Amino acid sequence: MATETLIKKPLTYYEEMRMKGYSRRDFMKFASMMAAFIGVESSAIGQVAKALETKERVPVIWMHFQECTCCSESFIRSSHPIVADILLDMISLDYSETLMAASGVQAEQSLHNTLEKYKGKYILCIEGSVPVGADGVYCMIGGKTSLQVLEEVSENAAAIIAWGSCASNGCVQSAKPNPTSATPIHKLVIGKPVIKVPGCPPIGEVMAGVIVHYLTFGRIPELDRLGRPKAFYSKRVHDTCYRRAYYDAGLFVESFDDENAKKGYCLYKVGCKGPSTYNACGVMKWNEGTSFPIQSGHPCIGCSEENYWDNGRLYERASSFAGFGIEADADNWGKVALGVTAAAIAGHAIATNVSKYKKIHELELEGKEGEKEVVS
Amino acid sequence: MSKRIVVDPITRIEGHLRIEVDIENGKIKDAFSSGTMVRLIEEILKGRDPRDAWAFVGRVCGVCTSTHSLTSVRAVEDALDIVIPPNAELVRNIMHCSLYMHDHVVHFYHLHAMDWVDVVNALKADPKKTSELAQSLSNWPKSSPGYFSDIQKRISKFVASGQLGIFANGYWGHPAYKLPAEVNLIGLAHYLEALEWQKEIVKVHAIFGGKNPHPNYLVGGMACAIGVDDVSGINAERLAMVGRLLVEGKNFIEQVYIPDLMAIASFYKDWGAIGGGLGNYMAYGDLPTNGIRDMAGMKFPSGAILNKDISKVYDVDLRQDEEVQEFINHSWYDYAGGDGIGLHPWKGETKMNYTGPKPPFEHLDVDNKYSYLKTPRWKGNAMEVGPLARVLVGYARGREEYKEVVDKALKDLNVPVTALFSTLGRTAARGLESVLASQWVQEFYDQLITNIRNGDTRMADVTKFERETWPKQAVGVGFSEAPRGALAHWINIEDQKIANYQLVVPTTWNASPRDGKGQMSAYESSLIDTPVADEKQPLEILRTIHSFDPCMACAVHLYDEKGDTIGRVSVVGD
Repeated sequence: MATETLIKKPLTYYEEMRMKGYSRRDFMKFASMMAAFIGVESSAIGQVAKALETKERVPVIWMHFQECTCCSESFIRSSHPIVADILLDMISLDYSETLMAASGVQAEQSLHNTLEKYKGKYILCIEGSVPVGADGVYCMIGGKTSLQVLEEVSENAAAIIAWGSCASNGCVQSAKPNPTSATPIHKLVIGKPVIKVPGCPPIGEVMAGVIVHYLTFGRIPELDRLGRPKAFYSKRVHDTCYRRAYYDAGLFVESFDDENAKKGYCLYKVGCKGPSTYNACGVMKWNEGTSFPIQSGHPCIGCSEENYWDNGRLYERASSFAGFGIEADADNWGKVALGVTAAAIAGHAIATNVSKYKKIHELELEGKEGEKEVVS
Repeated sequence: MSKRIVVDPITRIEGHLRIEVDIENGKIKDAFSSGTMVRLIEEILKGRDPRDAWAFVGRVCGVCTSTHSLTSVRAVEDALDIVIPPNAELVRNIMHCSLYMHDHVVHFYHLHAMDWVDVVNALKADPKKTSELAQSLSNWPKSSPGYFSDIQKRISKFVASGQLGIFANGYWGHPAYKLPAEVNLIGLAHYLEALEWQKEIVKVHAIFGGKNPHPNYLVGGMACAIGVDDVSGINAERLAMVGRLLVEGKNFIEQVYIPDLMAIASFYKDWGAIGGGLGNYMAYGDLPTNGIRDMAGMKFPSGAILNKDISKVYDVDLRQDEEVQEFINHSWYDYAGGDGIGLHPWKGETKMNYTGPKPPFEHLDVDNKYSYLKTPRWKGNAMEVGPLARVLVGYARGREEYKEVVDKALKDLNVPVTALFSTLGRTAARGLESVLASQWVQEFYDQLITNIRNGDTRMADVTKFERETWPKQAVGVGFSEAPRGALAHWINIEDQKIANYQLVVPTTWNASPRDGKGQMSAYESSLIDTPVADEKQPLEILRTIHSFDPCMACAVHLYDEKGDTIGRVSVVGD
């Protein structure tokens, strides 16, 4: 399986020196020379030695194509781990147009150094879609089209992470009529696992979580049929929403800022797309668990779903979604629930639960099938 | 003989920017700025529900996240004549000030600092001396010798690993770096601290808007209902959290950002005479205290200054046909009436036509069209927008709060007021208005609490939310002061749908190509005469360009009348 090859880590300086016949004593000498060379006081030599003998950080190349940088911004919002620890201790972010010191020629040098030195070993992160219209001229970096750049950087990547909805499904620029032919990454790169981490942006801790999963367990996370990490995308926002009880009880916000809004009732009737959206917002929430859209009174707009910009108006209730037939429509169900015999409620609950069990089971099977397609 | 050098990609910005300059005798003689990415979001907006527009245009930018959404709901409210409740205005102001606090700090430490701070040199600093220096500058508690020594050890270990990551290939050791090692170490320590702090202040957005980046807005007000007796609503706990975050943010700005800014600036006073550029400045105004139509009530005042003459401030009217216009003489578009005319955004007409060199290419054809940015002009003048423009307009308008912070900074640095017209002035102005924003936000917060205590819990006016209540045709303009400068959206609504939507954004004003008369815009103009010590390491170019805080995804946007550019779908590896 492709993931096996990802675990092979490069040799550390210490291992390399031992293989070449140098002793530990020689190594310590080398470490103190290195320390002197970079101007470190003697007390830090132990640390230098430790840094050299512990494993190399995984090189990461992070490209920006057609995007708004919200994914990078979300990534730096991660609270566990915090991004300083990721950058200094976990990965080697060798190319990131947002954060790197070098520009122009020097930036391109950094990129090519990593492409050559870590052939087949670096993780490629992509933020943004690739416009393929008009021979790719709608996004150019260093005089090349993003399509040309993608070809170059993806060739020897160990794994590819498609950050956010732009890279995963094209996001706003691919909404009708998609004038630049904005194209998600998995449609352009074949023969490599593309981990999709959709959302506009994805939750910061989810992004960090995907990277940490790879570093901690030595393999990419298990993916669902669509190539998304199951850990974060296997549950509907609707099913994990703390306002779900109001939905089941038929208590809805009828218009913004009405009495029901002040009581925190369900936002389904003012357009909530939670019932058709798979994401971790209801469980993990945003910004270190501070809140999420529904908690702050706005309907979920479904930003992690494919084509969410073309799935109807924001403030119009979703006409149908999986499981909706069983749960009846919101108006009628509200009347039934409030009206009401105990038998009707019990009947609804059983039907719903049976259907949910089946649905969850199906999703699990799909996920395993899907992973085979994506990874093999 | 002059020599052309190219810097592409310009990093530590939002988006894709290419700069080409001609250097002669160690100075920049000519400069060309080009935006090289486009998404055509305006075309995508046509025919859609105006109430949804904030979500689409919010995705124009994830760095100044929320600004475009705010501007969009204002444009729709203007068109439909909706007056939002006072609490919604306060919540929007609190979110906007929080954005300023976040965005300016992140710009200073993570996008701009490495132009002034030599990270590798910080390893040579004496932690004890660094501590003494830090304590002489500020009361910020993290300042012990041990603290700086730990940071140094951590970075030493990082450097020793041989994997320099984001610090690889920087211009370390360049002669233009002037800071003592101890100041470099303080800068580096605060780079890391600011990286950790910035994720806190944005929680204000999460509380009112549900998430950050890209918090939610609502035409007519805000969706976060005030429900002091409910766990879901804006209640005492939520407000207490906002209060704590705002105070902590203010502390960080006052005790870390500003002392660092002033300390670093004091070693680079020569940059108070470099990078001035146009000398024309413009602000639209923002942070209303009495509704969006009361310009006198704006905390950020509006106005235009020409030729560095701060004795006179001109009024700006975004509705007038002849004031704001966009030109395409050097932009990859066609106008039906030819390239010679300028169009007001309500009549905005744009058809894309890339005529640049076929990629991969070495140089742009700068004699003809060379950018995806259009060229906006105010009454025919090229204008600089952004923190410096706002500070100058506030200062020239005689606002006491502005005079206080500006005069103090000039005195502390011992530089004349003319030093403001520069790269250093731009960078300093950003810090000064962060201080103002962090003070004003306390007023907005107190007022919100007072309103709720007095029984006003309104957060949205939904009387005109349903489409049936709208006129058949309407036009509107929404404006704001984005962190990077004056921003406005113009909307035409027909049959309850968007008929036309145009954005003229700060970076379009600043980074655009020259106009038909050959007038440069702010980036190009400010690069002229900038000294370049080593053309292979154009650090000086980065200093001036970064002083504007470029946001290219914002700058490039247009609609394509025919939408006729759908091309093939090619597959890499096929």
